[in-house]
This record gives sequence, structure tokens and C-alpha cells, in this order.
Amino acid sequence: MFDLYFEIPLWIRLVLQGTAVILVLFPIAAACSMAERKISAWLQGRPGPNRTLPPLLAWVPGIWVLQKLGIFQLAADGGKFVFKEDPVPGHVNKFYFIAAPILAMIPALTTVVVVPFGAYLDSAGKLVPLVLANVDIGLLAVFAVSSLGVYAVILAGWASNSKYPFLGAVRASAQLVSYELSMTLSVLPVFLWINAPGGQGTLSLFDVVQSQSQPGFWGGAWFVFTMPLSAFIFLVALFAETNRQPFDMPESESDLVGGFHTEYGAFKWSLFFVAEYCHMVIGSAVFILLFFGGWNPLPWVTLTDTVQALAHIIPVATHPLFMGVLGISIFLVKICLSIFFFMWVRWTLPRFRYDQVMNIGWKQLLPLSIANLIAYTIGIALLQK
Amino acid sequence: MSPDIFFYLFSALTAGSALAVVLCKNTVASALSLLVSLVGVAALFILLDAFLLAALMVFVYAGAVVALFLFIVMLIDTYGGVRKPFKKATIVASGLGLALLVTGLATLAQRGSIATPEFAGTTAPLVPVGASLRAYGEQLFTTYLLPVQIVGFLLLIAMLGVIVLSKKFEGLEDVK
Repeated sequence: MFDLYFEIPLWIRLVLQGTAVILVLFPIAAACSMAERKISAWLQGRPGPNRTLPPLLAWVPGIWVLQKLGIFQLAADGGKFVFKEDPVPGHVNKFYFIAAPILAMIPALTTVVVVPFGAYLDSAGKLVPLVLANVDIGLLAVFAVSSLGVYAVILAGWASNSKYPFLGAVRASAQLVSYELSMTLSVLPVFLWINAPGGQGTLSLFDVVQSQSQPGFWGGAWFVFTMPLSAFIFLVALFAETNRQPFDMPESESDLVGGFHTEYGAFKWSLFFVAEYCHMVIGSAVFILLFFGGWNPLPWVTLTDTVQALAHIIPVATHPLFMGVLGISIFLVKICLSIFFFMWVRWTLPRFRYDQVMNIGWKQLLPLSIANLIAYTIGIALLQK
Repeated sequence: MSPDIFFYLFSALTAGSALAVVLCKNTVASALSLLVSLVGVAALFILLDAFLLAALMVFVYAGAVVALFLFIVMLIDTYGGVRKPFKKATIVASGLGLALLVTGLATLAQRGSIATPEFAGTTAPLVPVGASLRAYGEQLFTTYLLPVQIVGFLLLIAMLGVIVLSKKFEGLEDVK
């Protein structure tokens, strides 16, 4: 069955794989909007959206479960964004106004190319990553492409040609550039650790997971246990980079109406929305790969161990297909937990003031990440000697 | 789908958008053309197997530097305006530059190709320095250590210069 698949020309396979990944990523990002509404309702003691139901489906027994979960509200919202009038205000710079939401989607969907999401054992017993492109510079590529996301916000604010979007865009560009520094510095200890002297030298995210899947107490420990400060700095910077509360300065409804997307409506607005959730999903994925063991189910328990233990009960467990699906499922569960955390924080913490955002970024997070880097450099040098 | 097609595609993109940087009246459009041009250069790096350089190009220049350009351009909010007539020196310099370019291209056309330097005795293909992280880092910390230090020092001086120029040292309240 697999031989048949591998006989298809490479570029068709790549197109198929890319489409498959986007077909998974896109609905997750859309479902996040529903999850956001449900979780915010839960945290505030309200039921949340629970009424919408297509009349044709009302007779199906048990459908009320889906109704209470708000699944149909999601479909209705999606339909609304597609079908309602798409206004373009008269005072905007039309070309850039339309280009901005598209530019928001492109980096959000491109970063997924280098993010591995599972692994399987091939016939030779070697662990093979499930990834669209397993490149040597994985993490750098993620950072590089996702740093292009700032242009969507800048352009949206500038092309809207009105006061509040412009302020939102200016805030966004300053914030995104500031927090990129701490983010990049915070992951360096991880790569110092996995690039032991004599190794090949790599920034591949697959190798990061591999080095968290070694036997022994220290080998199996996730990096969140050995480098908690790095994980914390990365997480804070990730909140800022994805414009999530308490760092959602670019939107900041209470003082900027809607920030950079004030003038947007309907489908174009929903593109910004989906792009933000895509960034969240991929940011969470990178965070999990770096600090939470990727597709390994528990610390000190690797996916390979799990599958080999399962093989005693179910013989097909070591089959590449089963193992791949299991790995992806574990990874997705972790991503969902991480997204839940994002939303939990959003509906718990108040928004920072803008000067506080800049102070945290430059005066606290950046020195902290530099100190963290120096401390771990010395520690790792002493340990590896 | 040969690499040649990609080379022509991306060099056309790079050169075209580089021209647009100079020719656009709208400064925001110029900055965005610069962005496209830099992404094109990154793509050319990828065709040369220098993946690391490509990623760094996008990360540093396209991701941060052009963002700052746009930031400034939006703050100043210039819309082209009247252009000054060219000075005599500029005309002479551009004429000279054009003559040099034409001479170079004519020489290239006559000789057919740029001669590949011969490497004595080595038949193994050279590993490009920009391809792997390890090779790049090693070169940076051994062969090119002095230039790296000098460039770092220059950047530091530039940063200090910006602080000195932009900060007003009147009264002690400012210098905390």
C-alpha cells in the first residue's frame, strides 16, 4: 500500500501532503474561535452559544449535545462571513487594504511546513519524522517566516487611512519586533544542549524532540523541567507575538476601537481572525516541540516505548500508520491543552498598558533571557566537559 | 521544472522589485518592493544551497529591518513630493557607472563565461559555507573572527552614536 504511494511523482505527493496539512490546520483554527467563545463563557459562568440548530436536523435524536456545544453556531458564523456584504470604506488605500489580510494568512500557513507533528518507525526500526520538509534549520525557518506576519498588521493599519487602525499598526510593529529578541534568545539554551561538541550542528525541531526521548533520567526529561526559565520566557514572548491578551495592544478594543482591523469587515476580517489562530496553533506546536516533548505522551515515556508496549496487546501497534496516527493524536491533544491555556490566560488577566508592554519587553524579559543564556552556557560547558 | 527556470523567475523578481524600490513615488510601496526584493534574494540563496543564509536573510532583513523602515516611513508619512533636479556630479557618476556596467557585460559576452577557479587536486564538490549551520559557525569563529569582531564593534559605535544624537543631555533628569 505504501509502495503504491511512493511511486507517485514527488511533486504530486508534496502537493497532497501540503493540502492534507492545511485541511487539518484550517478547521482547527476555525474551531478555536468557537472554543474561545465557549471557554470564555465557562470562565465567566455563562452558557455561551447553545441555541443555533438547523431546522432540518432538529429531529435527529441526541443532536442537542452538538447544539449545546455550539457546533452549529460555528457553521453559521462561517457562513455569515462568506455571504455577508464585504464593505471597502471609501477612504482606504484599496490595493494594500485588500492585500493585508492575504499577507496575514500566507506566513501563518507557511510556517507549518517545517514543523514536525509525529513520527513512525520504518521497516529498519529507524524513527522517521512526519513533516513536510525536515530541514536542518527548522526553528530558524519558523522564526523567519512568522516574522513576516508583522507586515499584515502594519499594512492593514496604514491602508485603512484612519486614526485608530494606524495607532494599532504602530503599536503592533514595535511590539512584535521587541519580543522577537527575547523569543530567539530564550530558545538558545535548548540548542546549546542538543548540539553537543562533535555533533552535526542542527536547528531541526525533530532533533529537539529526539534529544528529549533519550533513555535515562536526564535523557527523558522534557526541557521544561531542565530549562523552566527558557520555557517561561518563550511562552510570554509567544503571547506577545501572537497578539494575545494580555498583550493584545494592536487590537485593544477599550482604547483603539478594534485596532488595526477597525475598518475591516466580513470575509477580510475573518481572514485576520483565522490567521491569528493559525499563529497560535503553530506557536503552541513549536512550544510543545521545544519544551514539552513533542509527540511523546509523558515525560520519560517515549512514543516508541508506548508503541512497543502496546504491541503486546494489539499486534498492529508498530505499524507505521498506527504509530503515525497515535503520534499526531498525542501532539494534537497537547496543542489543544496549550490553546486552552492561551484562552484561560486571556479571560483571566487584564490587558497591560502600552508602556508596561514595552517595559516588560525591553527592561525585564530581554535582560532575563540574556542572563538565562549566559547561565546555561556556563552550566552546559561545565557539564559537557 | 528545472532549477534554471526558478533562477530566471527569482532573479527577474529580485531585479524588478529592486527597480520598483527606486522608481516608486509612494515610499510605502518602495519599502514593500524592497521586501519582495529581499525575499527574492533569499530564494536565490536557496537555489545556491545556502539555506542558512536564506533563512537569515528573511529573518533579519525582511522580518526586522524592513519592518523598521516601514515603521519610520509611516511615522513621517511622506508621499513623494517634488524631486530635486540632478546635480552635475550625479550625472557624471551615473554615466561612469553605466559605462562600467556596459564594459563588464560586453566582456562577459565576449568571453562567454566567468572562468571557474581551479582547485588543485580536489575532485570532491566543495561544501558551500552557507549551507550548513556547523560549517558557517566554524568559519565565523575561526577564519573570519576578526572581521566579525570589527563589524560588531562598528555596530556598537553606531548604536552609541544614535543614543548620543537622539537623547538630549540637558539637565540631570534625563541622565538617570
